[in-house]
Amino acid sequence: MKTLQATNDFVIKFANVNGSGSASANTLFAKSIARMGVPVSPRNIFPSNIQGLPTWYEVRVCEAGWNARRGGADLMVAMNPQTWEKDVAEVTPGGYLFYDSTRPMPAGKFRDDILVIGMPLTEICNATYTDPRQRQLFKNIIYVGALAALLGIELAEVEKLIGEQYKGKEKLLEPNVKALRMGHEYALAKLPCPLGLQVQRADKVGDKVFLEGNNAAALGAVFGGATVCAWYPITPSSSMAEAFAKHCRKYRMDKETGKNNFAIVQAEDELASIGMVIGAAWNGARAFTCTSGPGISLMSEFIGLAYFAEIPATLVNVQRAGPSTGMPTRTQQSDVLLCAFASHGDTKHPILFPQDAKEAFEFTADALDIADRLQTPVFVLTDLDIGMNERLCDPLTWDDARTYDRGKVLTKEQLDAGARFGRYLDVDDDGITYRTYPGTHPSRGSFFTRGTSRDRYARYTEEGTAYVDNMQRLLRKFETAKHFMPKPVVRPAAKPSRYGAIYYGSTAPAMEEALALFEADGIHLDALRVRAFPFQDAVIDFVNDHDHVFVVEQNRDGQLRTLLVTEGALDPARLGAVLHYDGTPITARFIHGDIAKRLSALQVTPLRRTVAGGASGE
Amino acid sequence: MTYLAKPKLHHPDLPKNALGLTRRDYEGTISTLCAGCGHDSISAAIIQACWELAVQPHRVAKLSGIGCSSKTPTYFLDKSHGFNSVHGRMPSVLTGANLANRELLYLGVSGDGDSASIGLGQFAHSMRRGVNMTYIVENNGVYGLTKGQFSATADRGSKSKRGAVNTDEGIDLACLAMQLGASYVARSFSGDKHQLVPLIKGALTHPGAAFIDVVSPCVAFNNHEGSTRSYDYVRHHNEAVNSLDVITMHKEITAEYPPGSLQEVRQHDGSVLRLRKLADDYDSSSRIAAMSYVQSHYARGEIVTGLLYVEPDAIDLHEHLGTTMRPLNELGDKELCPGSAALAQFNASLR
Ligand SMILES: Cc1ncc(C[n+]2csc(CCOP(=O)(O)OP(=O)(O)O)c2C)c(N)n1
Ligand code: SF4
Ligand SMILES: [Mg+2]
Repeated sequence: MKTLQATNDFVIKFANVNGSGSASANTLFAKSIARMGVPVSPRNIFPSNIQGLPTWYEVRVCEAGWNARRGGADLMVAMNPQTWEKDVAEVTPGGYLFYDSTRPMPAGKFRDDILVIGMPLTEICNATYTDPRQRQLFKNIIYVGALAALLGIELAEVEKLIGEQYKGKEKLLEPNVKALRMGHEYALAKLPCPLGLQVQRADKVGDKVFLEGNNAAALGAVFGGATVCAWYPITPSSSMAEAFAKHCRKYRMDKETGKNNFAIVQAEDELASIGMVIGAAWNGARAFTCTSGPGISLMSEFIGLAYFAEIPATLVNVQRAGPSTGMPTRTQQSDVLLCAFASHGDTKHPILFPQDAKEAFEFTADALDIADRLQTPVFVLTDLDIGMNERLCDPLTWDDARTYDRGKVLTKEQLDAGARFGRYLDVDDDGITYRTYPGTHPSRGSFFTRGTSRDRYARYTEEGTAYVDNMQRLLRKFETAKHFMPKPVVRPAAKPSRYGAIYYGSTAPAMEEALALFEADGIHLDALRVRAFPFQDAVIDFVNDHDHVFVVEQNRDGQLRTLLVTEGALDPARLGAVLHYDGTPITARFIHGDIAKRLSALQVTPLRRTVAGGASGE
Repeated sequence: MTYLAKPKLHHPDLPKNALGLTRRDYEGTISTLCAGCGHDSISAAIIQACWELAVQPHRVAKLSGIGCSSKTPTYFLDKSHGFNSVHGRMPSVLTGANLANRELLYLGVSGDGDSASIGLGQFAHSMRRGVNMTYIVENNGVYGLTKGQFSATADRGSKSKRGAVNTDEGIDLACLAMQLGASYVARSFSGDKHQLVPLIKGALTHPGAAFIDVVSPCVAFNNHEGSTRSYDYVRHHNEAVNSLDVITMHKEITAEYPPGSLQEVRQHDGSVLRLRKLADDYDSSSRIAAMSYVQSHYARGEIVTGLLYVEPDAIDLHEHLGTTMRPLNELGDKELCPGSAALAQFNASLR
């Protein structure tokens, strides 16, 4: 049998039982590879189905630095008997299977086209530890030690990481290191070290940090000045609220009084969370909520109120696979239209699409500014893939000269100085009007906020002209929004091309890798990464400048494509939908395969002929 | 229709409060409710209570849901910011507003449909949290604004204008509020200004979740024979257990009461709730006794009114959360942003 041979370029997958303490051991494994200067991108896969409590952790080791999921598993660490069959079947032919051989497995349970490596982990643990919890926990560390030996991971790096993790908790440090070495020594003595898959020290990580999107977004909310957070638990967004609480305890306690410069409420549902956010923002605090699709559905009535009454709100939607409960622990980009048009009546909302943890940090902080500036709900759309996985990204940065943009708010002094105040009066001709916070002035600047139609001075009215005047101004404001949103990122191909691709959010890593594959094929494809809705002119121009543009996204219906067609008044025939929506993160292999197929079809009958009527394809 | 501003010609002899303001300074625009609607009397009582307490109008935030009752915040305190939110969701908006600035007075106005039907959940949770607010439900047993359907507080057996009998059990919001941890709970009747005004004053000075259920007849849809929320019915079944006098710090104590029947409750802010017992066996300091009293009298067809329960040492949501005394909406970059040095440390911890 020919086994796989690869250095710094393979996928290893851990099949574990939830709650067995494997998560921290697996992270330790991934981080130690990064410490050797070799980029890794791990992903958690945790079905909502709790029978057998299976979880998987997939680590792509990739010196070239591609962060996308690759697909397949070259080495399976099969620690969950319940999922054994599926796990064994998934191994790439010529790949490796590592398992706990304490209980002998019948021969029929293996495959003969892979290399099987058995290690009696349970036996070793039972012989060494008496406490059942210790037996379980150290089993994980022992396999990390063994894998280090098999894959050529430097033990010193793993030990250093353990040292950092248990700094100040020396009691825990020593037994962990001992377990690690035990595994390592066993593997060197008894297992086929080294495997064909090897990690070799490189210098491709630099100062990159290993960061989870939810954690980053939460920190963005702290840096962006959010003081009120109201939320209701829902996977995959809960860890953002929890991280916000953790960051606040660290950064937001008043040093003198020990009191909190923040308020976090776990609300009774998403209606209440968004209600609290709106109430707080109406009253001049920066407020946000984080949720996932079902939460946005519930919040819809309130989102319309905030749109129409013009109250800032920041909503982070960590998307999961819908509709309904869908696949709650799987990733998708399927709430684009929901967020763009949430609520009844004519509504439109600004959306930011971060591609990774770094942008999740930046865009969440930006969103708080933008919401205040535009006085409207603003969405940050991430997803499970970004939110719940640690990914290597550039270190976070913050400009200390930056100040919060609190938007158009009249102060007591301005009111005293005689500032003309009409809550919905567009004095600057940008669609954005001035507001006042409650309690500002004894006699000037009070107004009534309502979801019903009103005139420019916030007085209730059902006059059609006043209503239309207001709705038109809201459109002007939406136009203004484009200036405050992050600009698209264009990646021109090496040579001018008639073909383009548009992508956004968590599709970015796979798309970038796919673009490299096209370049290697000699196929030129311009690419543009959308980072915000409403679309700036550059996005629409990009489509107009190409004969055919592929819109790559992770949903069934091509939601961003729909938005492009309607908002940009574009010919749908010129926009091809490249769609991946089975709940797993999109891969470069998929994008490359799908677009290549369509390109060759397009080149046979160039589309321009049908659309533009006659121009010949070259 | 745009709103009707009230002419503001001040009579020179109008009495002034401690701030030098007259009652007119606490009014709003002219009501568009039906003539005789109980809700208008409640607005008048709110105006009177705020004037007597010499509350600074602009330091009040008035919030409501949707309904005839929820429209009323336009009819009082026009120097205050108001917020007519969505149906049944005033409590969450008020909670958020309160989190943003703990220094204002929060007045929530709602209807029985708004709070007991669509908004029962938010009502309950705002009480549980102990949001520092005055929460008034203008309870007419029907949805006035959508033309008279039964609401969730309608008594079982009561008759609609068209003759339909309500077969669902009615929700007693006051009992619910007591059970859920509200620290000031009262019930009154829109037609009894002498009882209602002090109860609102007490609620406004109370440093926690204060709830008042005010029976407020709907003359258009629920003021007929067979209704248990008509003016006649309430007058005949009203059972007041005490009468309240609210003594603020700057007011002298003058009234004389027969000894023994008086109970004084001193609140955080120094104000004193002076309660005169009308029912000998009523104890407003015990949640459980109060609930049991109210329910057993309800079983006899009586509507128990007065200050039903008060806990002087109430703890509000901010205390639970440990929030800073400064309003959160006043904090700026300096207090809120950890800055680049902290970020560099954060980065370092992630390598
Ligand atoms: C989501 C939603 N559903 C239904 C309505 C229609 N609606 C408006 S007011 C109301 C009932 C109000 O009843 P109540 O709170 O008792 O107020 P009242 O008019 O009796 O004072 C209803 C059902 C609405 N505004 N919003
Ligand atoms: S319909 Fe009823 S509740 Fe509404 S204003 Fe008229 S009397 Fe009042
Ligand atoms: Mg009602």
